[in-house]
Amino acid sequence: MKISVSNFTNYLKGSWFKWLNRFGVILGLLLVYLFFAALAPESFSSLRNLETIARQTAIVGIAALGMTMVIISAGIDLSVGSIIALTTVVIAWCLEAGMNPLLAALAGILMAALCGFLNGFLITRLQVVPFIVTLGTLLLVRGVAKGIAHEQKIDAPLSWLTELLAILPSGQRWMLFPPGVWLMILLALLVAALLKFTRLGRHIFAVGSNERTARLCGIHINRVKLLVYSLSAAFAGVAGVMQFSRLTVGDPTVAVGLELDVIAAVVIGGGSLSGGEGSILGSLIGALIMTVIRSGCSQMGLPNWVQEIITGVIIVLAVALDRMRHRTKE
Amino acid sequence: MVQLNISSSAVHRLSMQNICRSFGATRALDGVNFSVAAGEIHALVGENGAGKSTLMKILAGALPPDQGEIFLDGRPFKPSNPLQARQAGVVMIYQELSLAPHLTVEENINLGVEPRHWGFLDKKRMRESAVKALQTLGHPEIRPEQIVKNLTLAEQQLVEIGRALAIGCQVLVLDEPTSSLSYQDIQKLFSLLRILKEQGQAIVYISHFLEEVKEISDLCTVLRDGKTVGTQITHELLVNQIIEMMVGRNIKQLYKKSRRQVKEPLLQVKNLSGNRKPIRTEFNLYRGEVLGIAGLVGAGRTELLRCLFGLEPVKTGEIKLAAFTGPASPAQRWLQGVGMLSEDRGNEGLALSLNLADNLTLTSLQKLGPCGLVLPRIQRNFSQQWIEKLDIRCRDVLQKAGELSGGNQQKLALARLLYHEVDIFLLDEPTRGIDVASKAQIYELIDQLVSQDLESGKSAKAILIVSSYLPELLGICDRIAVMYRGVLGPARPASQFTEHELMMEALNPVMPT
Repeated sequence: MKISVSNFTNYLKGSWFKWLNRFGVILGLLLVYLFFAALAPESFSSLRNLETIARQTAIVGIAALGMTMVIISAGIDLSVGSIIALTTVVIAWCLEAGMNPLLAALAGILMAALCGFLNGFLITRLQVVPFIVTLGTLLLVRGVAKGIAHEQKIDAPLSWLTELLAILPSGQRWMLFPPGVWLMILLALLVAALLKFTRLGRHIFAVGSNERTARLCGIHINRVKLLVYSLSAAFAGVAGVMQFSRLTVGDPTVAVGLELDVIAAVVIGGGSLSGGEGSILGSLIGALIMTVIRSGCSQMGLPNWVQEIITGVIIVLAVALDRMRHRTKE
Repeated sequence: MVQLNISSSAVHRLSMQNICRSFGATRALDGVNFSVAAGEIHALVGENGAGKSTLMKILAGALPPDQGEIFLDGRPFKPSNPLQARQAGVVMIYQELSLAPHLTVEENINLGVEPRHWGFLDKKRMRESAVKALQTLGHPEIRPEQIVKNLTLAEQQLVEIGRALAIGCQVLVLDEPTSSLSYQDIQKLFSLLRILKEQGQAIVYISHFLEEVKEISDLCTVLRDGKTVGTQITHELLVNQIIEMMVGRNIKQLYKKSRRQVKEPLLQVKNLSGNRKPIRTEFNLYRGEVLGIAGLVGAGRTELLRCLFGLEPVKTGEIKLAAFTGPASPAQRWLQGVGMLSEDRGNEGLALSLNLADNLTLTSLQKLGPCGLVLPRIQRNFSQQWIEKLDIRCRDVLQKAGELSGGNQQKLALARLLYHEVDIFLLDEPTRGIDVASKAQIYELIDQLVSQDLESGKSAKAILIVSSYLPELLGICDRIAVMYRGVLGPARPASQFTEHELMMEALNPVMPT
């Protein structure tokens, strides 16, 4: 009798975790949202606020797309925040020089991708762990940004770039979200497809899951890593364009510590720092969870330090749940 | 009877009785008895996979036994972890030493048992205990303040023995202590062991080198297939008799060898050497044959395969592969129609957190869609096909590889080579640690591959197989070559060998005349 009871609870545990495994992150987002919807003033659950949340998620969300690839390949990229700052500086500098806004944005993204290429190059050639290499480039890139901007903000003439993440004017309400948010959704779909349906995607998973197996199977590990870090930085560049859109100036001191938000988003979304695991949907929801907490707290009038405590607790809780899930599988 | 048991275990420092341990369906240990008295050097020998390491893991507290009892000085001994076993005085010294390389000799000797005075390190007493331990070792050239990583391997081993003495060792277990020592160092180690023996230590000596076993041990216990074959006084045994005890078994039906037709050479290796091993290898591998490589663990067999496949650098020599010559990367080897099965299934052979389909198709995803795309439906179909052909038991192709049993994992790793349609199979320990049913399936598959398959009209393959399991090599290979300390002997027809002769050659090679 005792045995059958414990079997039954084991069964319940098993199916509960299986369920949690699949829908855990979405459930988490719902819980956090409902929590604030119940407690915060009514304005929190308004459509208007949803749009704000989406807008505020865009920067971290886009950077998280690249970071998801890096983390799946068992790497880490700490230079994302600095790359975003450099991108805003480059864009402002180009605009000030009279360049076409689209070209300016592309120049910023290209600059970012070059930083990522440098990361990948150093990691694969010097055989130094990604944590150290990107810690170095975090400082290096920030320094370059400050140098280009002469340690001050660069003002740029107004252009359509600043409208990417602006509140929609009443005439364009039919768009639901500003173009920047749509861009994030489009890129997310592309990256998700890349990870799932292409050779490169399968190679990224293989390298992260077991590098020795990947080597045995003839995968060009260095080539994959170089691509992953370049892509990650390019996405940081796109996030930089969004950042510029919000700031409307080039600011070399912006986005300090943003890489930690980005990593947290990926990790909350089920990415494993030991590689081989992670999903684009999860990372985006991870980013959303953090924005919802921020937005909810500020609407309830809670001070900043409370938000930070809650975000910290959520990160540890999410990863602890993830570990628990792994243990029950074994 | 009960009385006798108690009295006999009271005499012995260590007594392990009727130890059983299974891993899944495999019985690694099946009623093993093993006792060591104080002041005795007791050798434990057996083929790879006979159960020596499992037995020692149980003694060290790293594994619990399913059944059986252990007594230490007549008292029941049930270590639940290695630390407890150590504190009770059972100390293991493995091939890979466990010293902290950046610390000094005296810090290493006192590691974990540092003498303290008011919570601070008592440097004086620390020095005293280190000096005392080093005195016992009888090696004045090792000074307590030396940094361990600057010592030679033999000296490091002595420091580790010194540490065992400093923590009050009762039973000292040495696992293959001589495999990387020079002749002089071995003699020094032996004289130390004799001193320790006179001081009343109980010493367990595990080794493949039977000559050394004969030289140093008082008693010798032979394990085979998880059972104790016997315990005898060593100097009354001949090396030949020990070998006989180690190999005596009879499973012939397991292996299949159909009529095979040897064709052109596919792989020609001349004077190949790698960074440390292999030192010298020369052989041809022909289409339609299975060539076996025998030898002890650490003789350089695995390194040979890895050099051939481009996983380790080639220093000198020539590898000729049909139209290609010279070393190449694994990626190029796959393109040239060579596939390799790693001996380390969990850490290298498979990506355990990926699903079956990905693991199976990883080497040639380009078959699965145009323009760099991998179409899930095609990938599933391909995988399904091979999973059915090899009878891999799984829920579906999207199950993670790590959730399969060992035998099914191995079949999955083999299926990768079949899916890739390679011509040359480099197989490293293809049946290690898997159940008999899966073994039989793999043997049959190997036989099919080298025999001309008339139905499908596919040409025969060539297979190079490294194995430590001698009956398997004799059962499935056409020719066998023996590797000894990095040098590969000449390949001879398998029918010219007996298990006994293979073992002899692996231990003492026939010098080319």
